[in-house]
Amino acid sequence: MNIFKKFGLGLLISLFLTISANADKIRIGTEGAYPPWNSKDASGKLIGFEVELAWALCRYIGQQCVIVEQDWDGMIPALQMRKFDAIMAGMSITDERKKVITFSQGYADEVASLAVMKGSDLEGMETPEGINLSLGGSGVNKALKTITGALAGKTVCTQTGTIHQNFLESGDVGKVNVRTYKTQDDVNLDLASGRCDVALAAAVAFTDYAEKSGKPVVLVGPTFSGGAFGNGVGVGLRQASQMGEDSAQGKRDAALLKAFNKAIDQARKDGVISRLAIKHFGFDASM
Amino acid sequence: MDFDLIINSFPKLLFASITTLKLLSVSLFIGLFIGLFFAILRIKNNIILGKIAYGYSYTFRGTPLLVQIFIIYYGFGQVELIRESFLWAILKEPYWCAVIAFALNTGAYTSEILRSAFQTIKPGFIEAGKSLGVPNKLIFYKIQIPIAIRQSLPAYGNEIILMLKGTSLASTVTLMDLTGVAKYIISTTFKPIEVFIIAGSIYLFFTFIIHNVIKFLEKKYSF
Amino acid sequence: MELLSFGKTGWGDELIFATIMTLAVSVTAMLIGFIFALIFTPLKLSKNKFFNLIANFYTTIIRGVPELLVIYLFFFGGSSAIMFVASIFGYNDYIEINAFLTGAFSIGIISGAYSTEVFRGAIQSIDKGQFEASNVLGFNKVLRFYKIILPQMLRLSIPNLSNVWQITLKDTSLISVTGLVEIMRQSYIAAGSTRDPLLFYTVAAILYLILTFLSMKIINRLEIKYNKGY
Repeated sequence: MNIFKKFGLGLLISLFLTISANADKIRIGTEGAYPPWNSKDASGKLIGFEVELAWALCRYIGQQCVIVEQDWDGMIPALQMRKFDAIMAGMSITDERKKVITFSQGYADEVASLAVMKGSDLEGMETPEGINLSLGGSGVNKALKTITGALAGKTVCTQTGTIHQNFLESGDVGKVNVRTYKTQDDVNLDLASGRCDVALAAAVAFTDYAEKSGKPVVLVGPTFSGGAFGNGVGVGLRQASQMGEDSAQGKRDAALLKAFNKAIDQARKDGVISRLAIKHFGFDASM
Repeated sequence: MDFDLIINSFPKLLFASITTLKLLSVSLFIGLFIGLFFAILRIKNNIILGKIAYGYSYTFRGTPLLVQIFIIYYGFGQVELIRESFLWAILKEPYWCAVIAFALNTGAYTSEILRSAFQTIKPGFIEAGKSLGVPNKLIFYKIQIPIAIRQSLPAYGNEIILMLKGTSLASTVTLMDLTGVAKYIISTTFKPIEVFIIAGSIYLFFTFIIHNVIKFLEKKYSF
Repeated sequence: MELLSFGKTGWGDELIFATIMTLAVSVTAMLIGFIFALIFTPLKLSKNKFFNLIANFYTTIIRGVPELLVIYLFFFGGSSAIMFVASIFGYNDYIEINAFLTGAFSIGIISGAYSTEVFRGAIQSIDKGQFEASNVLGFNKVLRFYKIILPQMLRLSIPNLSNVWQITLKDTSLISVTGLVEIMRQSYIAAGSTRDPLLFYTVAAILYLILTFLSMKIINRLEIKYNKGY
């Protein structure tokens, strides 16, 4: 029994040793694979709009930040597992996500778009410039009908666990043959190689890919916002009720939410968000 | 425990298991022939053929199935030469990429099972055939193959179950099999335990059926 | 070929490091599996029906369900488990469960189920005379297990454990969801960055083959050493 006791003790000690001593640093998780929101440079360092915005917000909050990389499909579980305290990964604020985590106010908005390779028969789709699914109306319905007809029988690719996947599976565009991928990069690869007829993602993701790879990727159809596409991108945080509102953890999480909201207000007032947005997106995507 | 979720996701998962079963059966069917082919290469007295067969079997058993799928799907997908050729019609579809990878993989394990079955046939059976004047080719088809099949049933049954689990890797190349749909439901509802219970049960159910069918066949064809 | 070189521009050093990581996770998982097996094997062989049930539950489910699902369960369900454990201790400030432990633990549970079956088979094939002799000599159950059964069980298990090791080694390719940089993940990163998946996944296959080859050589040596005198 002595061996087991020693081993058990050793296990406990190593577990405690892995408890971070950074009790006062804010850990922010990002994907690092969704340019221009967040990506990695050649040396593997995290860069992008949200990385710079994170530093700015932490300056306003007055605490040190650590930015942690995390795969998209494990993003929310990692937050709940306390791998980090906040998510800034181009995550749109949706009701579905609000069931498990909470969001700060939105700091930037993005529109989604369909994309094809040049020469596809989907080019020149007859639709309005942009449709907002939350507003609804006959214009939106007509556009959705056009899109449904265009997508019928085609293979549409998008990233797993995104608002884009939710939209394609919502039935708004009928039954589509959806293929989901782990990262946006994989979507781009299969679009370029011809495995996908059309792909759906943030418009800027496609323009960024077209620019960097030189491949003839063309946006088609309207830009989407609202409805399944959520209401802007915000900072994802743990719900205070998760560990109990009266526990030290719950209080800490609630305080973090307040701090981020205040910081975003300040950053917006000082024009920081707009400046960063123009720098990375080429236009003011701030909310 | 969210029972509503369990009830709601059950039909979706059941539907997805049809894809899983399709993948499994096609891969096993093709793999069986591949396995038989390479097993025969191994038992012939030709050193070169034997080494080729051994090399194939060693490679596909010594590397993870995931690597094999990725090489076929992503690796071949990026080679311009393949994209221009007629092969693209097949390799373009993730379904066939997965089937090819699974078939080659199960072929390697099957060839080992069949080889060892061939090599452990009691010589008495073959001698009896020879003494009756049965031509060699006929001995092979009428005596060796049936006996080998019967002797490999337990090990092959195991291989079928391993392949059933292997089909779950199809979800890594966009195929919506049972695991793929389970992954999707988990990532949208954040209730992994409930989904795991259903998806796991469906897999276990299939395992149970396969196990009993093999047992039945073993009894039926015992000698 | 320069892509594979060492140094800043080549991926060679990252791949070597990833290979070491794969080995480290596999070894850790195998050891964790042993711990599980040492717990569940006696349960399986005990006369107590309830213990049998628990042990059979463990081996049947873990061996019958695809590894990906087991890994998802532990990774995505880990938060509930941690919340639960934390509430027992009152509260815990930051439980940073690193990717290595999560991955090794998930694979370890799977490896343990297979090891349990191997140990069970080995114990059942030990000559009954051993049990009778230890009874006659007055050994109690615990002493009998440690001094007589365990050494023989380990020796008899080596061939089948080598199979479990192969399975464990290859299963580590599935834990990229935890973010751990082992061979598969490193190849994925390199392939994405250089847009050359064929090269890097082929290299990954070769790396696994090397690991498999070396493992077989070492295990053969072990078998010879431990079978001396039999």
